[in-house]
Amino acid sequence: MRAAWMVDLRTEIAGLRLRNPTMLASGFLDETGGSLLRVYNAGAGAVVTKSIGPAPREGYPNPTVVELDAGLLNAVGLPNPGIAEFEREVRHAVKGKALVIGSVYGRDASEYASVAERMASYGAAAIELNLSCPHAKGLGTEIAQDPEAVREITRAVKEAVHVPVFSKLSPNVADIASFAVAAEHGGADGVVAINTVKAMVIAPEVRMPVLANRYGGLSGPAIRPIGVRAVYDIYEKVGIPVIGVGGVDSGRAALEYVMAGATAVQVGTALVGQGLAAFERITKEMMYVLEEAGFKSVQEAVGVAHG
Amino acid sequence: MASLQVVPLLEVAQENVHTTTYRFRADFGGAPGQFVMVWIPRYDELPMALSYLGPVKGITVHAYGDATRAFAAFRPGDRIGVRGPYGNTFRLEGEKVLCVAGGTGMASLIAAVEAFAQQGATVTTAVGARTAAELLFVDRASASGEVHVATDDGSRGFSGFAPALAEKLMDKHTFDLVVTCGPEIMMRAVVDASRKRGLKVQASLERYMKCGIGICDACAFDDRLVCVDGPVFTGEQLASSEEFGKFRRSKDGRRVPI
Repeated sequence: MRAAWMVDLRTEIAGLRLRNPTMLASGFLDETGGSLLRVYNAGAGAVVTKSIGPAPREGYPNPTVVELDAGLLNAVGLPNPGIAEFEREVRHAVKGKALVIGSVYGRDASEYASVAERMASYGAAAIELNLSCPHAKGLGTEIAQDPEAVREITRAVKEAVHVPVFSKLSPNVADIASFAVAAEHGGADGVVAINTVKAMVIAPEVRMPVLANRYGGLSGPAIRPIGVRAVYDIYEKVGIPVIGVGGVDSGRAALEYVMAGATAVQVGTALVGQGLAAFERITKEMMYVLEEAGFKSVQEAVGVAHG
Repeated sequence: MASLQVVPLLEVAQENVHTTTYRFRADFGGAPGQFVMVWIPRYDELPMALSYLGPVKGITVHAYGDATRAFAAFRPGDRIGVRGPYGNTFRLEGEKVLCVAGGTGMASLIAAVEAFAQQGATVTTAVGARTAAELLFVDRASASGEVHVATDDGSRGFSGFAPALAEKLMDKHTFDLVVTCGPEIMMRAVVDASRKRGLKVQASLERYMKCGIGICDACAFDDRLVCVDGPVFTGEQLASSEEFGKFRRSKDGRRVPI
């Protein structure tokens, strides 16, 4: 075996140093401090929390999840304990030395800012703005369609916190790069692309959509080519780092995003099939593939597909 | 991934005043202790233990909420969605086994009772319910070994809770394993009583779930997940738990007392 571990996977995004470029994607195993810490200890470079809002929220009734061959459809509806209650969860993970990125949502810019401010005060190393949940009414869907709202919310949060702010964008728009530009104008330290793709599954036997919310967001390998294209487009239009997400289930998949322009990638749906071992498998495979391709570090590979 | 199967109910059997068994065919396996996510179209999707294994599977459901009450009106031919099976299993490692069930916990435990008996273990079952009319699967358990009954109101058998009956049995007989399923406070008592006597014990936990597949974190239990790390946990795991018998997560993820 050759010395693939000589490839340096460490990376840096807006001053945030990561031991490797993988992060836990928001919405997966991230509602409790115990789970966040467990995922970090399994090898994630950072862990992003469930999206947290100003008050507790139960989310939608079940069914909230449909398992598919090439992905996962979900409409959990932003369940979360609220920012006050979430303090113990973040502190538990931070105390265990996890690098925690706090995902937040709100109804308007001031709600986003106040939740983000508290999230940062608990020890979150960065803030991710969920500007794009495709299935929670009044919370994200409209924001995701309005570049001005993306700019304004990003700006409000930037003014409220002293940690890096990453705006997570929806693919359910005509031109995602213009939203990345709006986030950059709002002062974002990075953008995260993509959130889930709005989708539906129907059970013919009972003549109805399976999800209680009817519509949901599709994740997993089925959306990877959409995500890679989005990151590629965004990378051409902004100067801030991009974090790629959507169907990263292997080192090769992660490197598609990296070469499209992502500084880091997020992993979610892969955990269903692979469990927490996904992080180690992905980082190991990244090292081998990078070494084969003649790279000494993952940072050298960022954006190389643009030629 | 385990895909959703929409299947007709083959048989619907009233087990007691509030509990019904539904039988169906599904194209997947299943072992004692495992559960399936059951979609009751228009109402809800809930985790349910498999009370019958084999080609014609079964789930046994206590009608206690809106969805399960609506489910009670389902008849053979009506369709449900099932996906699974999920979770770990009771580990069938014991020669003289005490099974302790409380209420609908028997729905999960009965598959283990029968599996232990099938592999030649001596099985003693302590089954508890609030009243005689709410007892579950006493006949099925009797076909697999000795059965002792406890009712809270004394309407049949031992008057009191299942853990008290189980402790009497532990002191009178020799066991090398205790398995339990029921209300968590009850299981805590059974786990404590077993450990105090140096007996190995396994308990099957229940939590609110959304996904059933280890991603939504709704069933978080310390740093474990009931859906993929459980539902069956060992006495050692539970003894070191901060949450067993004390806390659960509400639908919005808050940590609330049990």
